[in-house]
Order: sequence, then C-alpha cells, then structure tokens
Amino acid sequence: MCLAIPMEVLNIDGQSAEVQVGGTRQTVRLDLISEFPEVGDFVIVHAGFALTRLDREEAVATLKLFEEGLNVELI
Amino acid sequence: MSLFDNFKDPELCKALLDRIHKELDGELRFMEVCGTHTVSIFRSGVRSLLSDKVVHLSGPGCPVCVTHDSEVAAFLELAGKNAIIATFGDLMRVPGPDKKSLKSAQAEGARVKVVYSPFDALKLAQDNPGDKVVFLGVGFETTAPAIAATVKVAREQGITNFSVLCFHKLVPPALDALVGDPELKVQAFLLPGHVSAIIGVEPYRFLAEKHGLPAVVAGFEPVDILQALHLFVTMRNEGRAEVVNAYTRVVSDAGNPKAVSVMHEVFEPADALWRGIGLIPGSGLTVREEYAAFDAMRVFGMELKEVPAIKGCRCGDVLKGKLSPDGCPLFGKACTPAAPVGPCMVSTEGSCAAYYKYKV
Repeated sequence: MCLAIPMEVLNIDGQSAEVQVGGTRQTVRLDLISEFPEVGDFVIVHAGFALTRLDREEAVATLKLFEEGLNVELI
Repeated sequence: MSLFDNFKDPELCKALLDRIHKELDGELRFMEVCGTHTVSIFRSGVRSLLSDKVVHLSGPGCPVCVTHDSEVAAFLELAGKNAIIATFGDLMRVPGPDKKSLKSAQAEGARVKVVYSPFDALKLAQDNPGDKVVFLGVGFETTAPAIAATVKVAREQGITNFSVLCFHKLVPPALDALVGDPELKVQAFLLPGHVSAIIGVEPYRFLAEKHGLPAVVAGFEPVDILQALHLFVTMRNEGRAEVVNAYTRVVSDAGNPKAVSVMHEVFEPADALWRGIGLIPGSGLTVREEYAAFDAMRVFGMELKEVPAIKGCRCGDVLKGKLSPDGCPLFGKACTPAAPVGPCMVSTEGSCAAYYKYKV
C-alpha cells in the first residue's frame, strides 16, 4: 500500500488533475504538491494524491554521472 | 522510451553489479524499510544477481505488517458498530484476535468497503449522509498527508459523518529504536524514497552522525537500488558514513514542506505500538484536538485494548531483521498467502509474501 507510481499529467482542473500510466487514467488531488505540475509532467501518485513532480533535469544529471563513472551510453 | 526508463537499463544494471562485486570487501548487510523496496528487489531480479556476500534484510517497512494486534482488534471492534468502514484493500485479510479479519466481518454483515483513496471514503460519506463513515488510517509519512488533506476538505465542506481511525506511523523514530537494539546486525540502511519525498533527508542524519551507519535515499527501479548498494560499498571503502540522497529526481533534501504542514495541521506525534517492536515514543500520529470531531477513537469512545499475540507467528522477528521469513516454522506450511497466519504473509509488500512468491 505504500506503492506510489509516476503518472503523466493529461490535464488540470483546479485542485484535481487527470493522470495516466500504461492505459490507466485516473483523477488525482493536488492538495499536497508543493510545485504545481504542468500538462506533460510526471507526478508521483499515492492513494489518489499527487505527492511530488519528477524532475527531468535531476534525472539527466544522475544518468550523466553514470555515463561518466561507468562508461555506459544512455542518453 | 521515456527518460525515466533509463533507470531500468540492463546494461547499466550490469555495470553497477560488476562494480559492487569488484569493490566489495567482506559482507554487506543492508536493510530496507519500505514495502515497495522489498517487492522491487525481488521482482526485478536484483536479489538473485547479488553475491551471497550482499545480505538483504527486510525491515519494518510494510505499514500493514507493523500494525499492532491491538490496532487490528480496534478495526474489528469498529466493524461491529453501526458504521461504514472504508479501508485500503491490504487490511482486509489481516488476522486479528480469534482469527477474525475485516473480510470475515464483512461476510458476517459488517459494512466494509475497499477504497483506493481516502478521498473516495469522503465521497462515500457524502453519498451516505445517514451513516457514519470511518476511514482506517494506516501508513507512514507517504500516506498520512493524504488522509490529513482529506480531513481538512471534510471540515471545509462541513461533512460531519466522516472520521479517521488514526494509526499512522513515522519511520525515523522506528529506525532509531531499531539501531538501538544491540542484536541488530545491520551495516547500512536503504531509505524509503517516497517517505523521504515528504520528510526530506534531515530526519535520518542521526543514523550516520550518532551510529556511524551509511544510509541512502533510493528510488525503486533496479538501477536506483544498485546505485545505493554501490554507494554503501564506496563509503565503506573510503571509511566514511553519510546519509545520501540518490533519488534526486523525486526527493528534494527539504522534502515536501506543504505535505508536512498539512500532516501536522491535522495530526500530532504520539507514542505508537509496532508489531514486533512494541511501544516506540513519538513514532505515531494522533488527531489534534482541533480536529477531534474527525477522530474515530473519540467519536466512538474507543480505547486500544491489550489482546493476545497470534500463536506461533514470528512476524515480529522478521520485521526486526532477526529472522528470515523462511526461518519461521510456519512459513509455507501453516502460513501461506492463501491462508496467512501473520500480516507479513498477507500484504503483497510483506517480507513473507514476497519470499513466498519470488523465492520458493
């Protein structure tokens, strides 16, 4: 039950957003998120609430570190 | 392919595994304290790829599993009252006193509804204005803010037939209690990514500063887990112990202050009972006086009662990392996912259920 999954924001309506992953769509609440998402962002969803926005720049930075440190090609 | 799929990349996993095995000197005993980590380590195959020198211990990270017998008894007591119980599905089959569960109570006529979100429970209250609806509030810091936000909406909208049975638990005080146990042989902690997305990194600093234990906040993809293991090895080889945030695409060091503030507006810290560990000071949440009308314990005049522990069940030792699930005499015999004796075999995130599904 502590499962939280990244879902893509399709549209936003006040304190709710429609999100999707795989072919599953659902409406989630935005009461708890610090940084309001935009359409196309990925958010971590848990128990019907978006908790936080996934940060693309941080993801790229982490992957770049792997590329340099481990000599693998990723992005 | 999404950018985030790179965190499942097999080549990257192989490179990290090679590094871990090449650089590891001696044994590495690490503990995770998150049900999603438990499942991910098994399901991704990471566990089967690690050498025997890397020992994975699954700690008290499954909210259903750590829910105390007395709390399960309170769920069942409530099911016997004139109310609609709304709950996360995981709690349905958790065995309580006399082998009763919410599922068996439901079969006997109790009105128990499974919901995905506490907000669905609030809708249930709106749709049934003549009934009292109680949401069973279990879960760590990831979950508690969602329940708190729902209680706030209930108050704003003047919904008076909704309340929460609040048995939320907090991760850092439990880690503090665990590391204080001289029998615990853990060398590093894999910290829960989504709890950390709420509370940030600061609350874990004591692990390194007071106890000299390295700890890494990690995500749930195989690359995230292997990266954390590699960090443990690197820190050990360099003779340092730090608390590192390796899940920066989701967790900011400061956490989510908005969610923390909503959680603390509705709830306040309280002592709590944990299965296997017992009472840990300040490790739970209770409803603040200002929101007393939404506290099911007060609404129904209930108190936690002492109940006998489940006979033969070793879930407590499993949760403390003292016993491997398959070391329990009941494992796979008297206790299976189809007929669970203890909660660690009930929840899909429980250590015993994960062992049964992926190891046997």
